[in-house]
Amino acid sequence: MIYFDNSATTPMFKEVIDTMATVQENFIGNPSSLHHLGVKSDSLIDKARQQIADLLYCDKEEIFFTSGGTESNNTAIIGTAFEKQSFGKHIITTQIEHPSVLKTMHFLEKQGFDVTYLDVDTNGKIDVEMLGKAIRHDTILVSMMWVNNEVGILEPIQDVAVLLEKYPTIHFHVDAVQALHYVLTQRIPSRVDLLSLSAHKFHGPRGIGILYKREGKRIESLLHGGGQEKGVRSGTENTASIAGMAKALRLYSQKQIPIQSYQSALRAFLSSYHGVEILSPLEQAPHILTFAIKGIRGEVLLHALEEQGIYLSTTSACSSKTAKEHHTLGAMNVSGDISRCAVRLSLSVENTQEEIAQFQHVFDNVYQKFSKILKS
Amino acid sequence: MVRYGELSTKGKNKKSFTQRLAQNVRHILQDFEQIKVNPDYDFMYITLNGAPEEVVLERLKHVFGIQSYSPIYTVEKSLEAMFQQIYALLSNMDLSDKTFKISTKRADHEFDMDTNTLNRELGAMVLDAFPQLTVKVKQPDINIKVEVRKHAVYISTQTYIGAGGLPVGTGGRGMMMLSGGIDSPVASYLALKRGLELEMVHFYSPPYTSPQSLRKTQELTKKLALYGGAIQFIEVPFTEIQETIKEKCPEAYLMTITRRFMLRVADAIRQKRDGLVILNGESMGQVASQTLHSMVVINEVTNTPILRPVVAMDKLDIIALAEKIDTFELSIQPFEDCCTVFAPPSPKTKPNLEKVRVYEERLDVDALVKRAVDGIKVYPIDVQTRFDEDVEDLL
Repeated sequence: MIYFDNSATTPMFKEVIDTMATVQENFIGNPSSLHHLGVKSDSLIDKARQQIADLLYCDKEEIFFTSGGTESNNTAIIGTAFEKQSFGKHIITTQIEHPSVLKTMHFLEKQGFDVTYLDVDTNGKIDVEMLGKAIRHDTILVSMMWVNNEVGILEPIQDVAVLLEKYPTIHFHVDAVQALHYVLTQRIPSRVDLLSLSAHKFHGPRGIGILYKREGKRIESLLHGGGQEKGVRSGTENTASIAGMAKALRLYSQKQIPIQSYQSALRAFLSSYHGVEILSPLEQAPHILTFAIKGIRGEVLLHALEEQGIYLSTTSACSSKTAKEHHTLGAMNVSGDISRCAVRLSLSVENTQEEIAQFQHVFDNVYQKFSKILKS
Repeated sequence: MVRYGELSTKGKNKKSFTQRLAQNVRHILQDFEQIKVNPDYDFMYITLNGAPEEVVLERLKHVFGIQSYSPIYTVEKSLEAMFQQIYALLSNMDLSDKTFKISTKRADHEFDMDTNTLNRELGAMVLDAFPQLTVKVKQPDINIKVEVRKHAVYISTQTYIGAGGLPVGTGGRGMMMLSGGIDSPVASYLALKRGLELEMVHFYSPPYTSPQSLRKTQELTKKLALYGGAIQFIEVPFTEIQETIKEKCPEAYLMTITRRFMLRVADAIRQKRDGLVILNGESMGQVASQTLHSMVVINEVTNTPILRPVVAMDKLDIIALAEKIDTFELSIQPFEDCCTVFAPPSPKTKPNLEKVRVYEERLDVDALVKRAVDGIKVYPIDVQTRFDEDVEDLL
């Protein structure tokens, strides 16, 4: 099996599975309990939080645990909207966000908030100048992704951070669920107030994620209750998943994999086929490559490769089952004919040079078969 | 090379001071077996033999009794070798708009180049290699010291300021009453800085005080072990004494009598463990037990000198020092300690000694003290000590 669907989810590192089994068995206390079993769980969570903070070059007090990317995005956006609505009700985002941002924006529009959705160019990038023009006196939040999940577009987060230096009262949220590579190498820009990460995108468990919240920035909570996570996110802590996530993040950050060279090799290889169009822009995240064979629906290509033990996806897996237009490619002005044929190949630190070679071999066979159909 | 601090003035005792400092330095570097520590009369030399320089420089920062220290590089006696070493050192520094000079000391007068020639030659070579530097003889940014000895040349470019004070252990042994509050760790730090060897006496009253409160005090001790190595931590079982006082004495006098017991127990432990004095974190007027009237009545149980390093310090200055030595955050964790158990709403600020004596007659003082002293647990805590399970392999 060759797994090239890492932007949908990643297989857990074996060491993470071991850690979680050990924790489930030996750390039975509720971290809020006063007896030593509780203290033991609490202290493990504290160490995990410290380790994550060290790896992300921030303060332990700025790391909050959530149930994943969707909840981190919802908390950042709705939490900011409710906290700051007395100062204004205007929010800026982009047309190519993940549904956990877009649908949250639609919800807020129903609550009387006013949302601006920025256009992108044919490379999928927003124009920072346009963003500047969209800012109003009542703007309270800018929310955008660092790396797009469907095509791999790298958005100019650093430039937006510079622009927003002039507007210190606007909360700046970054969905970095697909951008861990940049968070680790460039660090979180100092102007970013809120940032979302999800453990199952870096070989950790599902159902756990991180909301980074800059010290001193306030948001309203979505979940109320026992006051865990300093009141930002109530609910008994998921000790095993938190430990698993901390371990996954450490292991991931220690792996040096030449993903960039895989990307270049794949691009060169795929471009050499007549009728194959590469939809991912040249300057973009190294782990995602979206392409199409003209005339072959994405789903068909996906299953043809699946028969040979190679797994990739048509569009972001969250919306794979809905047959609606590919919204990121649509925003990039890619025609419907092509976007229907798009498949996404997404790599991770576990993939190897051999797998890339094997894929090329299989793809060539599949392509030859299809080309007969296309000619007839 | 380490320069001794104040102890260079100590005449005949100097040797025992330098020996003690060497022992403390060896202790904080004990995980690097290859390191050699040689205390000479004027300087102490630490030979790294491959141990990581940054780690050693960082750890020396906190050792009391060191005025300053410099990394020194040994090279053979040729102009070329000297320059190579200087070049390597300067290459790692930010040199923009910096000034420098070469200060040569020629202990070996057989050497064929004299001081001035060496200064001139090496200076010219450095200027050629780093055009952004300028020469400045008075107070340069970088003073490149070149010392020509019999067998080799020593070169150094940087001097780090040490922690000052006297080597821990040169001043004798004292018992520190460590509560876990803000003041007693600061008092400990000041005492260590004057060369005292401390043993921490902590009164522990389970179940009235929680394991977390004991843990916090152990963590504070670990912070203080940074300055002079391992510290003996003494856990005193105090529950019985507190319960007995609570049962048999009037509320307004609970605090006064409890403190007198703490002092009796601390004094008995001091005797048992060859300590000379008792220390605590009392600061005038802070709380009811620290008014002068209270101090007099409490102190009446012993003639042993009681040193109070922070007695006349303002609370804000104590907090500033606690933050500097990184004990403040730990100290303010809200765990009940022995001082707050059974704390009456309004303790006497001017207790009457006659009344105290009458109330204490209701108690078997000697037996209570003896049982507490017999039940102590003693164990060393140093910077390597861990108080919880090692979960590193889990994360």
